[in-house]
Amino acid sequence: MVDRRSVVVGAAAVLAGMAMAGPLPAAAADPVRVGLILPLSGPFASTGRQIETAVRLYMEQHGSQVAGRPVELVVRDDTGTADLTKRLAQELVVRDRVAVLAGFGLTPLALAAAPIATQGQVPQIVMSAATSIITEQSPFIVRTSFTAAQATVPLADWAAGNGIRSVVTLVTDYAPGIDTEAAFKSRFTAAGGTVAGELRVPLRNPDFAPFLQKAADLKPDALFVFVPSGVGAQFMKQFAERGLAQAGMTVLAEGSVTDDDLLNGMGDVALGVVSSHHYSAAHDSPGNKAFVDAFRKAGGGARPNFMAVGGYDGMHLLYEALKKTGGASDGPALVEAMKGMSWTSPRGPVSIDPETRDIVQNIYIRRVERVNGELHNVEFATIPAVKDPVKAAKP
Amino acid sequence: MTIPHPPATRVTAALARRGRWRLPEVAFWALALAALFLLPGRYLILNEIAILALFALSLDLLLGYSGIVSLGHAAFFGLGAYTAGLLARHGVAEPVVGLFAAAGAAALVGFATSFLVLRGSDLTRIMVTIGVALVLGEIANRMAWLTGGADGLQGIVMGPVLGTFEFDLWGQTAYGYSLAVLFVLFLLARRIVHSPFGLSLCAIRDNPLRAAAVGIPVGGRLVAVYTLAAAYAGVAGALLAQTTQFVSLDVLEFHRSADVLLVLIIGGTGYLYGGIIGAVLFRLVQDELANLTPQYWYFWVGLILVVLVLVGRERVVATLAAPFAGLLRRFGRPVREA
Repeated sequence: MVDRRSVVVGAAAVLAGMAMAGPLPAAAADPVRVGLILPLSGPFASTGRQIETAVRLYMEQHGSQVAGRPVELVVRDDTGTADLTKRLAQELVVRDRVAVLAGFGLTPLALAAAPIATQGQVPQIVMSAATSIITEQSPFIVRTSFTAAQATVPLADWAAGNGIRSVVTLVTDYAPGIDTEAAFKSRFTAAGGTVAGELRVPLRNPDFAPFLQKAADLKPDALFVFVPSGVGAQFMKQFAERGLAQAGMTVLAEGSVTDDDLLNGMGDVALGVVSSHHYSAAHDSPGNKAFVDAFRKAGGGARPNFMAVGGYDGMHLLYEALKKTGGASDGPALVEAMKGMSWTSPRGPVSIDPETRDIVQNIYIRRVERVNGELHNVEFATIPAVKDPVKAAKP
Repeated sequence: MTIPHPPATRVTAALARRGRWRLPEVAFWALALAALFLLPGRYLILNEIAILALFALSLDLLLGYSGIVSLGHAAFFGLGAYTAGLLARHGVAEPVVGLFAAAGAAALVGFATSFLVLRGSDLTRIMVTIGVALVLGEIANRMAWLTGGADGLQGIVMGPVLGTFEFDLWGQTAYGYSLAVLFVLFLLARRIVHSPFGLSLCAIRDNPLRAAAVGIPVGGRLVAVYTLAAAYAGVAGALLAQTTQFVSLDVLEFHRSADVLLVLIIGGTGYLYGGIIGAVLFRLVQDELANLTPQYWYFWVGLILVVLVLVGRERVVATLAAPFAGLLRRFGRPVREA
């Protein structure tokens, strides 16, 4: 069996080839390399696509040169697998010598890379993951997305102020879900409402039917929902099939449920859903109109969602920080420059909390309506400058 | 009067001949060791390759040597990973202790489930192994207070290996550690498959009925090898947990079991090096393609696999190896002529 042995030779040749290729030489122009780690394949690929498009769009609009240094993007696909994220982050830091790590589609992925950011002293810009604790895992983490609790608390206030007395909560059973459940409950009960039941749906292969039946049996005024972006469509479909809307149950949703990317495909069942979030593609500002138009052109007609705006703002934060440091890209200086920075994003005014390195932003209460033939989250109330309530509650 | 060559002596001699070390084998391990010093910046992927190779080696013991088809081998991989991760999280920072604990835990569960798995035919076995992996995955998901659930196990801090080698950001210690473990376990596996026990496994694989007829305790042998393979997979999982200092539910997922089977298909079953070579090729191709086209690399991996299976690995390799035919003749004899 000569051929099997030949495989040994082949493997040896591959190893030898790798040896000759060796480590990458440092470039002469000394660019600022940005390692963008995103789930570009697998179930969370839409998150990755949104962010990548937005990041590239920002670089196209603002040039790939900042403070005299070229900015280079190195994109890696982590397929949504945490140990792969960690390996890629490590390789980007030690082999590709990136100055900044960015992206991170889900909480476990951001958490897996956090020790690398600390050890390598490299800023980690979290553009999507939304659990409160993330920014506490490394002094080099800065977030431009949102926290699930931040987006939820204003909705509890709105519900309590608009005649809703009892609510059943239905969340996905993972860290951001549990964050939102706790945040909603404490705020809503403090405002005089009652939480009649707390339901948790598994993250993988969710089937909402039994949970919706339980919710229906409890007969609350409203159902509060948080599911990760992408599962929202499935939830709305099953909610409609059970006829709960006709039974008079209002849906209060964390904004990921009525994700702009998928909302239009949900159809009329989504009409009237009240949600709270930090970004809607329908946000009424000239900056946002320009952003949405440019994104549609760059992304083949797709609508930008809150992931896209997180990626766009993440790049903006990096560009501004580089300007402030005069092109110096060492980690501590960049993070220092990012702290306290404020700017006007497509989503409205935002700033980076210098204490927690988390984003402070307006939260909007929206209702799903049909605008120009498309379903949109139309904002009708604004709660300005909301900080992450979970970290704010800590001493 | 004595017979000059009684059968037992001849068998022993044949086994010894088969178990002899050959030049390419030595060269292979020398290269792997050389990589530890010559390839800075590649240690992380080399570490992953070493772990995947150990995992594939463990499946080869089942599939290649004993004919047990498993599509749920990740169950033991994940179990080992969680065992090592949890130990480290609760104060046992010495990695080698974690390895033994992981091997023990995986062997225990492997032993317990072997009776379920070995009951039926191939199809039943596939289903049962998938089932065991799914059940363990769901348990890890539900026991979030222990495992961290869908968020993964956080806060693993590993001590230096044997109190001397600190894990570094470059991954040199990680690769050296994984390679050393792979080598030791490979030696053990090599010894086992070249022993009469290993020979009896091959007999069972080729024809269980006849094996039973000549007096091989089929059931007992299969239980033993299943337990052994589980322990090996547990060690591979433990290595992953310790070198990445992170465990997520992903370690128990179906795609791990499927990937390792692919690795064996690429490398070939039933000769120990199959898993190792398959792991090298699979990871390198995957990594290069993913760097070239982060969005569509799955397509190319799929295409390569389809071609490989359609054309046949043997033929692809034979074509590639034709120029080296003279050199190849000097390599060692394989365990089994296919």
